[in-house]
Amino acid sequence: MNSKSNDAILDIQDLKMYFPVTRGLLRRKVADVKAVDGVTFKLKQDETLGLVGESGCGKTTVGRCVLGLYKPTGGKIFFEDEDIATFSEKKLREIRSKMALIFQDPYSSLDPRQSAGSIVGEPLKIHHLVLSKGEYRDKVDQLFSIVGLDSSMTDRFPHEFSGGQRQRIGVARALACDPDLIVCDEPISALDVSIQAQIINLLEELQGSSKKLSYLFIAHDLSVVKHISDRVAVMYLGRIVEICSSKELYDNPLHPYTRALLSAIPIPDPFVEETRERIILKGEVPSPLNPPPGCSFHPRCFMAIPECSQALPPLRDIGDGHEVACIRV
Amino acid sequence: MTERNTTVDEFQEAPPRINEWRRFWRVFLQRKIVIFGLVVLFLLVFSAIFADLIVPYDPYIGVMADSLESPNSTYWLGTDIQGRDTLSRLIFGTRTALMVGFITVGIAGIAGVTLGLMAGYFGGIISMVIMRIMDALMCFPMLILAMLFAAVLGGGIQNVIIALSIATVPGYARVMNGLTMSIRENDYIMAERAMGSSNARIMLSHILPNSLPPMIVLVTLQLGMIIMSEAALSFLGIGIKPPGAAWGAMVADGYRYLTYTPALSFAPGIAIMLVVFAFNMVGDGLRDALDPRLRGIL
Repeated sequence: MNSKSNDAILDIQDLKMYFPVTRGLLRRKVADVKAVDGVTFKLKQDETLGLVGESGCGKTTVGRCVLGLYKPTGGKIFFEDEDIATFSEKKLREIRSKMALIFQDPYSSLDPRQSAGSIVGEPLKIHHLVLSKGEYRDKVDQLFSIVGLDSSMTDRFPHEFSGGQRQRIGVARALACDPDLIVCDEPISALDVSIQAQIINLLEELQGSSKKLSYLFIAHDLSVVKHISDRVAVMYLGRIVEICSSKELYDNPLHPYTRALLSAIPIPDPFVEETRERIILKGEVPSPLNPPPGCSFHPRCFMAIPECSQALPPLRDIGDGHEVACIRV
Repeated sequence: MTERNTTVDEFQEAPPRINEWRRFWRVFLQRKIVIFGLVVLFLLVFSAIFADLIVPYDPYIGVMADSLESPNSTYWLGTDIQGRDTLSRLIFGTRTALMVGFITVGIAGIAGVTLGLMAGYFGGIISMVIMRIMDALMCFPMLILAMLFAAVLGGGIQNVIIALSIATVPGYARVMNGLTMSIRENDYIMAERAMGSSNARIMLSHILPNSLPPMIVLVTLQLGMIIMSEAALSFLGIGIKPPGAAWGAMVADGYRYLTYTPALSFAPGIAIMLVVFAFNMVGDGLRDALDPRLRGIL
């Protein structure tokens, strides 16, 4: 790896992704959906960053920008010290051998007309990583055994597998190029609880044995994120409101939104559960078409004061790398 | 990377395989009418290929003394005004009809699928230009458009094929455009882009195979329609030029003597009906066999 700068494999600076809303025959732009509006974070090698937030807060968009699937409206995305936001489509195609994406839905993310073996082996062919047919077959068999599938299943088709097995195929495909970064876009949300644990453990084992693999783990299930992440970033309406180590976030949440989210996790102990303090947020998430002025969380915040609607609170470090965007803490 | 040692037992036990290919044939051949259609098509293709060997008489040179005979033991389907054997001309007409059908569907299918695929995949200005041209062509009823081209280009098998191809391209382009747009939204296409596939690879190896089943059905149904349109053009006298044998022209030649020797018009008429019916039945059977929603029901 390049020794020029810090050990961050991914360094996102002020990432903005606006989707235009067009109207009429001439497709005149009438507004922007600010899906991601000024997101900044770093991801170190061999680290897992959890990205949490409710539906529509822009977590998936951040993940897709990282892979260059969307061209960001603004900001920089440094992947291994190169700003991929400026890359051409051709250069992006090359850099994609170093990163991979795992999808939420194991059903629609595998081509139904492709055999499992050719799904897993396709990245090898695209990036010309194997020299012979024999080497290709060996590599595919090896990938199958890494994710715990039998290599005799390579010529089966996706519909012959269960959801958990399909997700394993998705993981094997992501591993094919031996990537440095895997963006996991809610990889377990569509799975049964028993299978969720298997996939999570598989992801952790892979990271443990590779020593250089980083995950950007997008999820909305806070207990799973706590289990797998080193650090966690909480997103609300296209912005990061709090980012810190996973332990710190669960022990000492500062942002009112984070506190409300954490208070929603049930505790598997009836006595503690009864006395648990629940913060119920009022209202709905505002539209990213027209976000409220100032702190975008203030209309729903139980700690809001008039000043909250005046200016956008910046993320500030309050020690130990714990950053929070709130003027009340 | 080390190998995982904690493989779960359940993953090693595989469910019994359902052979897709066998399932396809079972559903496809389930209905007797589909088998009938296949047999008819097989016989037609056979007689078209070996027309030279199986015709009892020369289809172009008649025996004037035997003109306008009713079906008898010498001429099974009778003769026309020039004394040419109707059965022989019918068999050569099969060749014309199938040739026009297959070549037209081939040309229009490839062109339409390519245009629809590009329009659906790239969207934007490319889609705008391609699809508006297709819409403009679609404004005219197919037969009128084909007649226009045939009239401008003149008759002859080559021009009939060109006219019918141009007239039917928009249908394929439209269907393919819609299929592409819906397939494009699947996560596996996003996955392809995320792993660095080129646009050509995504279109040819992923979108095209996934859109094949409906396209195969469309092609089969179109074959019947093309043959009927060719017959219509020939009937109107702007299709296959005499003395070439074409079913439509044979119907037109024969209907003046309808009361005298009805077989002259009826034989090619029934042939047209039979081939269109056969193609439609086979198309129906294919649709049933290829439709994933009917999986498990049929």
